[in-house]
Amino acid sequence: MLNYFTQHLLSFAIWLPVFAGIIVLAVANDNKPDATRWLALLASAVSFLATIPLYTQFNFAEGGFQFQEGFRWIPAFNINYHLGVDGLAVPLILLTSFTTLIVIISAWEVIQKRVAQYMACFLIMSGLMIGVFSALDAILYYVFWEAMLIPMFLVIGIWGGPNRVYATVKFFLYTLLGSLLMLVAFIYLYLKTGSFEVVDYYKFAMPLDVQVLIFLAFFAAFAVKIPMWPVHTWLPDAHVEAPTGGSVVLAAIALKLGGYSFLRFAMPIAPDAAHHLSGYMIALSLIAIVYIAFVALVQKDMKKLIAYSSISHMGFVTLGFFIFNNLGLEGAIVQMVSHGFISAAMFLCVGVLYDRVHSRQIESYGGVANTMPAFAAFAVFFAMANTGLPGTSGFVGEFMVILGAIQTNFWYAFLASLTLIFGAAYTLWMVKRVFYGAVANEKVVVLKDLNKREFLILAVLAVMVLALGVYPQPLTDMTNATANQLLSTLAQSKLPVSLGL
Amino acid sequence: MENIRYDLITALPEIVIVSMAMFILLADLFLKPANRIAIYVLAQLALLGAAYFTFSTHVPSVNYAFSGTFVDDALSDVLKLMIYLGTSLIFVYSRQYIQQRDMFRGEFYALVLFSVVGMMIMVSGQNMLTLYVGLELLSLSLYALVALDRDNAKATEAAMKYFVLGALASGMLLYGMSMIYGMTGSLNIADINNALMAGTKIHSVLILGLVFIVSGLAFKLGAVPFQMWVPDVYEGSPTAVTILISSVPKLAAFALVMRLLVQGLPTLAADWQQMLMIMAVLSIVIGNVTAIAQTNLKRMLAYSTISHIGFVLYGLMSATMNGFIFAMFYVISYVLMTLAGFGIILLLSRKGFEADELDDLKGLNQRSPWHAFLMLIVMFSMAGIPPTLGFYAKFSVLQAAVAAGYVWLVVFAVLMAVIGAFYYLRVIKLMYFDAPTEHHAIEAPMDMRLVLGVNALALLVFGIMPEKIMELCIYAMTSSLS
Repeated sequence: MLNYFTQHLLSFAIWLPVFAGIIVLAVANDNKPDATRWLALLASAVSFLATIPLYTQFNFAEGGFQFQEGFRWIPAFNINYHLGVDGLAVPLILLTSFTTLIVIISAWEVIQKRVAQYMACFLIMSGLMIGVFSALDAILYYVFWEAMLIPMFLVIGIWGGPNRVYATVKFFLYTLLGSLLMLVAFIYLYLKTGSFEVVDYYKFAMPLDVQVLIFLAFFAAFAVKIPMWPVHTWLPDAHVEAPTGGSVVLAAIALKLGGYSFLRFAMPIAPDAAHHLSGYMIALSLIAIVYIAFVALVQKDMKKLIAYSSISHMGFVTLGFFIFNNLGLEGAIVQMVSHGFISAAMFLCVGVLYDRVHSRQIESYGGVANTMPAFAAFAVFFAMANTGLPGTSGFVGEFMVILGAIQTNFWYAFLASLTLIFGAAYTLWMVKRVFYGAVANEKVVVLKDLNKREFLILAVLAVMVLALGVYPQPLTDMTNATANQLLSTLAQSKLPVSLGL
Repeated sequence: MENIRYDLITALPEIVIVSMAMFILLADLFLKPANRIAIYVLAQLALLGAAYFTFSTHVPSVNYAFSGTFVDDALSDVLKLMIYLGTSLIFVYSRQYIQQRDMFRGEFYALVLFSVVGMMIMVSGQNMLTLYVGLELLSLSLYALVALDRDNAKATEAAMKYFVLGALASGMLLYGMSMIYGMTGSLNIADINNALMAGTKIHSVLILGLVFIVSGLAFKLGAVPFQMWVPDVYEGSPTAVTILISSVPKLAAFALVMRLLVQGLPTLAADWQQMLMIMAVLSIVIGNVTAIAQTNLKRMLAYSTISHIGFVLYGLMSATMNGFIFAMFYVISYVLMTLAGFGIILLLSRKGFEADELDDLKGLNQRSPWHAFLMLIVMFSMAGIPPTLGFYAKFSVLQAAVAAGYVWLVVFAVLMAVIGAFYYLRVIKLMYFDAPTEHHAIEAPMDMRLVLGVNALALLVFGIMPEKIMELCIYAMTSSLS
């Protein structure tokens, strides 16, 4: 049994939460929500523990795929159930299972209607997202990628805010449009190579114009998901309307799906196009970093502000990808993981306030630090991390990307580092208005400080943010070999060798 | 003598169903209303018997009967089995509905069985006239079924519309056939093909004939620009009849296309490919865009059907073996989805309440999470979102179209699929995000709940393991077309 488990680590990581979600749905009784909550907690804890061996048994020297497993799934199309992970995927998988655990705990008292469906949605979504990170077959990947939309659609639509229907439909259709174009690219690649195996695509040579089209098809899917400017508009809507758990998963993991997929699909499959178009990609990233930071500055809604801040931070990730050096790439990966913790924590902080006052508007607050000192301490800490204060994880990734950018072009680095100022501006200004100053109104007066549950999840996240900020080496050790291998793949041209001249 | 015996054995499934249909008509006269349930049982038994004979006499080779006008091949057998299965599900889903509306009589079952025979002949016909007779048998039964609830003005209007336009389409089909006959001197599909292969014929006459044939087929399929009847008939008919019109006859219409265009006129493929292409693109556009404006669920599903037919045509217009296989896969998936979709409408309806407005689905998740979940699967399957069967259906036909070189048309279809997703999502929105306006408990017999659950879950299960259906389609096509 144990042997079977160790040989199918990834399958367990995917299917444990999915089946747990189905069981929660099947046995749950909405008259006894507490039993459902404990069951979901148990399921997510077990699922999280099941992903730990991916770290402990990981071979850090190996840059290729590990823990591979699979069988022929749909022979008629040559589709395989093929799983495998490298140093890029494992941190994100751990992040996923960890975030799911946090989300389940954070929903304990907040979610009172249809508890079982809520918990099941998150458990199933967690399994599907781990599936995205570990699929090495294009269609398997695509199935996980799309299927993950269904629970998220329901989470925003059922438990979301007043404008939830608009937000969730927009989220779904935006993502679907991009994904379908990616599907066309997969079909094209399949017809050319006869396979849906990702590694076969890596070896397949294509002329530049084809590569550009393939790259753009992938770009449509991933840019929406990350999201890059100008296809980011779904994100603020979705974040604002989603329940806290939905925002946390969206920011912490769903956005990383796009970043991860750039590295897994778009760039290695069409490396020449990636180089060819890198100027545009860097331009879009810098616009996201600078322009969106300004947009964040004027937001009145805390969740919207954090949403724009996410877009700005994800701009660093794409910038790191397209400067094609080790520092940039590893910095981008660190930034993804770090942003997973920080944005989750920021949304949970907003959730803490929203649960008490039922307002996300900055102007509804003021002087919260007076009535909720412990909470204010956490919030200020995470805000600092969000601005990239040295010693927190937010600093490491951004600093590495900026260093990498300097090697390519000073002005890229200059523009990108402006965000350290703007990021501080919009985040700290929000903190000032919400937490400091005189107590603004009677709602703030009666605020109760964190309860044990809230304290626990914020403390755990704070520890993670600090640990990653002070000692990021476990993470960079893991990604190092993969990043090097990826860069050498990207450096090789895949244009067909011309024989003339 | 030996020959006739062979012919009759080949057509045994048809004979079983025709005999039972006539027996039901007679038996109905002698049955007390309380015992009418016997008719239902007999109708189901007829389908079971036909399925038994189709299955047990199945051989992988192609066998002709009745002087080459009738064929028994893997394609016909697979499609017939699907027709039995679909009709059987229709009987289960519609029983309570027609009982509550005083339509639970012999005529309903006899007419449905006659339409089944019509479909079977369309599937097995190997001669233009045989095919035409099958088509007319199907159509006439359907006209009568639409008007079965005779005091319902809307249904009567729908029946008139359906009849007038249907007759026009039949006329066009027949006219086209006569042109082809004039050029080739034969009504037999194989002979037509041989004649066209052998010599130069007047191309313009053939094209004229082809245009009429394709128009007639497009009408039966419900493809744009011959789709005007679809929404009106879907909406006007009693739901128990809509579920029939929208589902299994598409299998037969698909077979008709296979027999006439693919087996009979492959030499004109370059011409009919173009026609199918135009219809495919238009169907996907009109179907998906117009569906958004609908408030009636049946009408919305009508437009959804039109767009699905567009996708089927994407497979057919590729004119490759894979294209035909995937188009067949799509049709079968479509039938399973449609049956489940209309099954839910029938389940929610009750005496005096049709449940055919979109708003009637409001808050279904609170009334019955299980049935909302089933409808969720159906809607995502129709939208083509994995992991449902509808995804593989779309994926495979689009793949065939890309392989045939229609990359940009596929990109276009994909954009339209996003528009289509919008109105399927709206159904889910109504069920999950809105509060219920209806508070009646859902009343339905146990067998219906059970079968409907299996039907809808099958979309999910086959979405995860589509291999079996795909193998069936590959087998049917490869052993029938050579």
